[in-house]
Amino acid sequence: MQIVRALLTRLITTLITLFGAAIIVFVVIRVVPGNPIAMMLPPGASEADIDRLKALYGLDKGIFEQFVIWISNVVQGDFGTSITLRQPVYDLVIGRLPATLELSVMALLIAVVIGGAAALTATLYRGSKVEGGIDVAGGIALSLPDFLWGLALILLFGVLWPLFHISGRISPSLGFEFSTNFYLFEALARFRFDVVLDLMGHMLMPALALAIPLAAIILQLLKQSLKECMHDDYITLARTKGYAESSIILRDALPNAILPTLTLIGVQFTFLIGGTVIIERLFSYEGLGNMAIDAVINRDLPLIQGIVLIFALLFTMVNLVVDMAYAALNPRLRHA
Amino acid sequence: MRDARGNIRRLPGIRLWLSGGWLTFLVLAAIFAPLISPHDPLAQDLFAGRLPPFFEQGADPAYLLGTDSLGRDVLSRMLYGARLALIVALVAGTLTCLIGASLGLIAGYYRGWVDLVISRFIDIWMAFPPVLFAILLIAVLGTGLMSVIIAIVVIDWTRFARVVRAEAMGQGAMDYVASAQVAGRTRFGTALTEILPNVLPTIVALLTLEMGIAVIVEAILSFVNLSISTDQPTWGGMIAEGRTSIYQAWWVLVFPLFALFLTVLSFSQLGEGLKDHFDPVLR
Repeated sequence: MQIVRALLTRLITTLITLFGAAIIVFVVIRVVPGNPIAMMLPPGASEADIDRLKALYGLDKGIFEQFVIWISNVVQGDFGTSITLRQPVYDLVIGRLPATLELSVMALLIAVVIGGAAALTATLYRGSKVEGGIDVAGGIALSLPDFLWGLALILLFGVLWPLFHISGRISPSLGFEFSTNFYLFEALARFRFDVVLDLMGHMLMPALALAIPLAAIILQLLKQSLKECMHDDYITLARTKGYAESSIILRDALPNAILPTLTLIGVQFTFLIGGTVIIERLFSYEGLGNMAIDAVINRDLPLIQGIVLIFALLFTMVNLVVDMAYAALNPRLRHA
Repeated sequence: MRDARGNIRRLPGIRLWLSGGWLTFLVLAAIFAPLISPHDPLAQDLFAGRLPPFFEQGADPAYLLGTDSLGRDVLSRMLYGARLALIVALVAGTLTCLIGASLGLIAGYYRGWVDLVISRFIDIWMAFPPVLFAILLIAVLGTGLMSVIIAIVVIDWTRFARVVRAEAMGQGAMDYVASAQVAGRTRFGTALTEILPNVLPTIVALLTLEMGIAVIVEAILSFVNLSISTDQPTWGGMIAEGRTSIYQAWWVLVFPLFALFLTVLSFSQLGEGLKDHFDPVLR
């Protein structure tokens, strides 16, 4: 019963957060100096046209009524029409979302692999120069944000030693027709490994830039938890049984040490997704973030608003899933 | 305050010396930019476009670090860019710290409905990607130094509020706070004279980290051309320009990027060092 109540409370706070986020977006968008209607119409539009459009968007009503109209549209997925692209914002946002999701998940995987491997290696060689080296590398990785790593990668692997693509999502010369916007997923499912390779070649650099700071965070926490585990009795027992140190770390210490790291990864995943905004721009990757910056430069307010709302929805959902996964994984909460 | 400063003076470690050294150098370079810049950072010379730095073939010794596509001196632009980076670090960092730490202190010490409201706002803020939020704010406020500073304060106050709230909560439960109350101190007086001094070390460390973050946010905003007016040299703006001509003139990207690297690294090493130093467990 208690777990149901905890779940319900969590759902309600999520809804409050989402509603609050919607209010913030509404307030920020409506304090725009300048008339949003004037931006939608060509110069020289008649008074009647302006009034008609105002009535259409409910801008002739009070601010509270405007909010009610706006939020009821938003809840139904009606984010308005993009001013520059002249298409429904909902379609544009949904069309770009898969690219950003694929990039984020790829970056997350890379971060887990690099961070996890580094933590395990450092634990295996603890007290030696190897651990010292990994610590220094982790410290630097943590100190610099994804934006700087992206630029460094462009210089290293795009210019000095051109191994990977540093711009776009796919080579247009491939001429491959996708039926969904999950390019990587679709190419994998259709066994087109040439396309997969091309997609990966484009994704690797931006994904790595996003992954490096997170990998460093995973490294630090997992290493610390592993180190604490290594003094436990069951480790000594495994040692007296004669198992190799590496297999003790993997089989005995890791399962006991991993829970805090898993929670942290969940929390940090939203920060990683947030980083896609500038990283997509840097690598001209056709995702949501890149579209958001174009929208801001063109002052396309309906589009910006739609993208910000989608990100807010994504973030609160990720946080909700992480909390629930934590409750499911943690025995103390499961039996509460 | 006095003994906190005494501690900083005894900070060990080569990393902190290097960080401090680079930042001091940067502050001096920024202050004396008009005196030491070899050229006007805005002066274009279309006949001297894309000159390489001094160690490459075909360099002009008058342009030590080369020129960009419009023939503007990279070194002079970097020196003037340092001014803006440091102003943003100082002003935006301090304002973010003041606002965020005050809200965190109030929430953590007073608890109750004040805490509920502030915590809810923190939750809502966590639902927005910071860079996107900043860009949205600039779109609404218009470009300019003030807008950049406001955007940084608005997106980052939660960083201070979260940490200071948790610390103030911990301190508030301590016996010395209770005895201050018994001694007849007002709630507000206790918060100011008992809690604040004990969370101050954390705040100072966070402030240093925040300055590095402010420099990055400003660089990102100028990279997408949404910082201050386009004719003022900024590191982010130079990097954006260098990104487009990376195959023809790498130096336009590399030198400002290097300065940005060192600056952010220095702020963050200094912050981490201070954090470790003030950590009661390690102390």
